[in-house]
Amino acid sequence: MRDGQVVKGVRFRDHRVMGDILELASRYRTEGADELVFYDITASPEQRSVDRTWVSRVASVLDIPFCVAGGIRSIEDAESVLNAGAEKISVNSPALAEPALIDRLARRFGSQCVVIGIDSQTTADRDFVVYQYTGDPERSRSTARLTLDWVREVQDRGAGEIVLNCMASDGVRQGYDIEQLTLVRESCHVPLIASGGAGTPDHFVDVFQRARVDGALAASVFHSGAIAIPDLKRHLAAAHVEVRL
Amino acid sequence: MSDVAIIDNGGANIASLRFALQRLGADARLTADPAELRASRRVILPGVGAAADAMQRLESLGLVEAIRSLQQPVLGICLGMQLLFESSDEGETTCLGLLPARVRRIPDRSGFPVPHMGWNQLEFADDPPLLEGIQRGDRVYFVHSYAAPVGPWTIATSDYGGEFSAAVRQRNFYGAQFHPERSGRVGAQLLANFLEID
Repeated sequence: MRDGQVVKGVRFRDHRVMGDILELASRYRTEGADELVFYDITASPEQRSVDRTWVSRVASVLDIPFCVAGGIRSIEDAESVLNAGAEKISVNSPALAEPALIDRLARRFGSQCVVIGIDSQTTADRDFVVYQYTGDPERSRSTARLTLDWVREVQDRGAGEIVLNCMASDGVRQGYDIEQLTLVRESCHVPLIASGGAGTPDHFVDVFQRARVDGALAASVFHSGAIAIPDLKRHLAAAHVEVRL
Repeated sequence: MSDVAIIDNGGANIASLRFALQRLGADARLTADPAELRASRRVILPGVGAAADAMQRLESLGLVEAIRSLQQPVLGICLGMQLLFESSDEGETTCLGLLPARVRRIPDRSGFPVPHMGWNQLEFADDPPLLEGIQRGDRVYFVHSYAAPVGPWTIATSDYGGEFSAAVRQRNFYGAQFHPERSGRVGAQLLANFLEID
């Protein structure tokens, strides 16, 4: 989401408008998506909260869970999004700025509501490092945190789910980052969602079977129509990945 | 008189339930007034949050006895279902005591991360009215870290590294561990069934 429209970028840059939010949300629900995630990518870099008028419009048409991410910095921010009808809130940059926010959110709303998004990328010496403010190429920067350390810390603080955005894979459709996801899986005892890189149905089979993630998130391939959700689910079922058909 | 009273126990995330009932044409009202609860044709006890907090809120609102004495169909959803039980591991709290068992933390098992979040299958033997039109094996959406054991009150089970109560009934008290308002067609069917129960 940016300024009320659905957009999608490549490697977190050059975002293009993909369509109207209610139309897309209803379409994906009807096609069998199990959960939708709405990222307001401009929220954190601009130091403002997500514009929430669309959250209740989405909630009124959707009967599957959905998660809202973007600029949630306080209990009040989270409460208004959850009260508007979202199932979960996802926190990324604000949790890096103030890790205790995770504890407070989990205590108030329960861990099941609290998703931590982690944008991660390798550095020259091959360690995975967490990035911050990735919604804005001008402000996006690496933090001093190692991805595996942060994965452990957010769980200790009460995160109920982790979405790992493998930045190098994002939007380029060459497959999920199996190596990184496998490594994170070992340290992740809450549901782990893979994000970034889906290009073919076999990429989804791979990430479920090899990295043993609990869910796979994708945007480009669905927005462009390259992969239809019903076909993808049949493909997964045929490969013995457990899915809701 | 409203069709459905949703008990306002201060938790977030009532909107999705209200929208789901709206889509079914039901007039749902959020209330914490015992008289209004008694006067409604049906009552829903929702719940996102923690058991101990939720019980404290119900007590401070003077709703514990009011809920226990309701005679019309009552549906507890997720934490709302767990509150129907005797007690819960979550915050070591006593609950409403309508079902004689303790809600337990889902044990940590390899391959089954807690909280349990996802679409799991319903299994049931007979066809209770609450599940009419729902097939064995249909998937519904769960989000929980605690679960109620299987017992005489169980009308459907699900399995997540072990069997637990996915739906329960005791007299006029019904419960769903999953979120019918977030379970697509199957969830809408369950809510429609609840609205039909006499």
